Amino acid sequence: MRRLFSGWLISFAVQAGVVNGWMVSSAATQQLDDTLKNVNKTFSGSEAGWIMTSVKNSFYTYLVLLVTAIALVGCSTTPKPKGEAAFPPSNATSYDYPFDNSYLATVLGTPEKYRAELPKEIPLKKRKIKIFDRDVPEALWSDAELRYSYALQKKAAPLIFLIAGTGASYDGGKNTNMGKAFYEAGFHVVSISSPTHMNFIVSSSKSGVPGHVFEDAEDIYRVMEKIWGKLKKKIEVTDFYVTGYSLGGLNAAFVTYLDEKRQVFNFRKALLINPPVRLYSSISLLDRMLENIPGGVDNFPLFYNKLVEEIGRVYKRVDQLNLSEDFVYQAFNAVDPGNEELAALIGVSFRISSANMAFTSDLMTDAGYIKPKNVSFTKNTSPGEYDAVAHRLGFTDFFHVYFYPYHKELNPELTRAELIGQMSLGNIEDYLRSAEKIEVMHNQNDLILEPGDIDFFPRVFGDRAKIYPKGGHCGNMDYRDNVAHMVNVFRQ
Amino acid sequence: MTTAKNKFPAALLLLMGVLAFTGCSTKPVLPEGEDVIPPDFSAERVLGKDVEGLHEEAISDPWEGFNRSIYRFNYRFDKYIFLPAVGAYQAVTPDIAEKGIHNFFRNIQDVTTLINSILQLSFDKTMHTTTRLMVNSTIGLLGFINVASDVPRSDEDFGQTLGHWGVGTGPFLVLPVMGPSNVRDGIGLGVDWYALKEIRDRTTDLETWQELTWDILKALDLRAHTAFRYYETGSPFEYEWVRLLYTTKRKLDVER
Repeated sequence: MRRLFSGWLISFAVQAGVVNGWMVSSAATQQLDDTLKNVNKTFSGSEAGWIMTSVKNSFYTYLVLLVTAIALVGCSTTPKPKGEAAFPPSNATSYDYPFDNSYLATVLGTPEKYRAELPKEIPLKKRKIKIFDRDVPEALWSDAELRYSYALQKKAAPLIFLIAGTGASYDGGKNTNMGKAFYEAGFHVVSISSPTHMNFIVSSSKSGVPGHVFEDAEDIYRVMEKIWGKLKKKIEVTDFYVTGYSLGGLNAAFVTYLDEKRQVFNFRKALLINPPVRLYSSISLLDRMLENIPGGVDNFPLFYNKLVEEIGRVYKRVDQLNLSEDFVYQAFNAVDPGNEELAALIGVSFRISSANMAFTSDLMTDAGYIKPKNVSFTKNTSPGEYDAVAHRLGFTDFFHVYFYPYHKELNPELTRAELIGQMSLGNIEDYLRSAEKIEVMHNQNDLILEPGDIDFFPRVFGDRAKIYPKGGHCGNMDYRDNVAHMVNVFRQ
Repeated sequence: MTTAKNKFPAALLLLMGVLAFTGCSTKPVLPEGEDVIPPDFSAERVLGKDVEGLHEEAISDPWEGFNRSIYRFNYRFDKYIFLPAVGAYQAVTPDIAEKGIHNFFRNIQDVTTLINSILQLSFDKTMHTTTRLMVNSTIGLLGFINVASDVPRSDEDFGQTLGHWGVGTGPFLVLPVMGPSNVRDGIGLGVDWYALKEIRDRTTDLETWQELTWDILKALDLRAHTAFRYYETGSPFEYEWVRLLYTTKRKLDVER
């Protein structure tokens, strides 16, 4: 679910740039360090007022994210593969994940030297599969089939399904790294996009209206069965497992619940990583993060444009983008962006996810949420003003004006409170309490949880809930202790 | 063979011209005789009068229909030709050779950077690039080894040079195969390509098949180092994002 500004927007910048031959070299940090100092000099004194300060800080954030994205795309160092060895936890006696601040952890993730050693490459196959025999709207032609990936062991092994977080793709950073860890630990790995991802909505959502925990679970289950149908001729599987992070963690819980009835996979174990407790609380929190934009949500485009402008000022002074991951963290230490800026960036990232999800769904169902009901899109149609509208609406707008009315029409008795209650782990609390197979990995300071909500996990799961003291929302997933724990859950 | 190669860009231009004039509407389709049924969230309701949309800023895109068509063409070209070829290239080439080839073409790219650094009268960039070229082309064995990795590297092209001297971008343009661009950068690309070709013809004695291998390897290397995949961003606004971010990126490139 932590698909940040970087993960989406900036990788675009990088990619679009690289399309035209903009290559990033590997690097020494010193020069950029110097540049940064110059930049600091340039900024201090030239502008006044907290808005400029916050924009400046955001701009640093943005720059740093840009650098992160580039680093991730371009020049990751190559750890050596190490066979089926376990991932050793760090030697430190206490949990030494480096960021105490939950916003910082959520934005920055895990610095290289704290990460579990993962193989650079695994034999990953990217494939497409047809889930429904149906026509998709013309504008969504490229998403008629579901994209997914798998990596298979040569011998009999357990198979693990990975479910991505909100708006995230099967080949996003989180699923990719989890896939490497599980493959390295000897599992067959199948990676699936979130049911809120455009490609999933178009190809694999029965209703075209994502976000309902039970319906999403049915959709995911169908996808798993179809993929398994293709793979079972190729491999021998000893057991089935499932895991997911963020919204994917919530999905994994309901998929496991559904599996008790369907019994196709009989999952032996499931791990929920940083799931929301009540989905509605989490989406409300995320929507509200945009209020941290200087001047409010109205200024979203302005916020973006200012960021870009400020980046330009620094970028001009950087004769060479000498990038390394260390620089990212050094820069962050030097800059120390405020929580408001970080929250705004997190909010923007999720806003992009919600815009993508809502507009895709609207195109699928012709519900008249953003696009007029009787207007249709061709392959060449420009979204025009609908684009701007989509980015102005949040998850909660989607819930109240589109999602709830849709479900009320199917079930006229349904109240809003009931629907909100359904979208919650509490809804299947009794099952979760007794389901020994389900474990949880979470963080005390996860920012998608309301205060106190974290206590739900030890209360319901007891020893099966591993709560780390820090890590924000999914920020510590690549941290070596966490990877070791993840793998060990399924090794027991 | 040489003539065929020279005709290629001309044919493309012609194709683009034809497509641009035949046009492709970017308007949504409303059944005849019907009025638009207002959606739950109309633009009037949601957007304040003075609120500017994120993708609405002044990026000129009068040929959007044509651009979107080429965008789709590029996806198909990628899918059926380019990416499979890159896959095959990576499968048969040892990693060390791939790396060497990549360095080689980056060294060649430094020639373009040098020319444009001079044209921009940028002393630092010219000095750095000259150093890189001299060291890498000699000690670095024609660029296969990036010996001068400590010398700052920049990427300057003729599009940036034009921008440097105040030439505007012109309308946004999606080039066949090459992807997002604009009129200025598209022209720049042509100029850089021609200059490099002239330099190669005058400094080397390559057979046609050798030149062809060179060109193909260059294309494969470029695509292999480009992470972007068309229609895989999970966004129904992908075209708008690419347009915005490309334009932003180039603006920053010119300014620096």
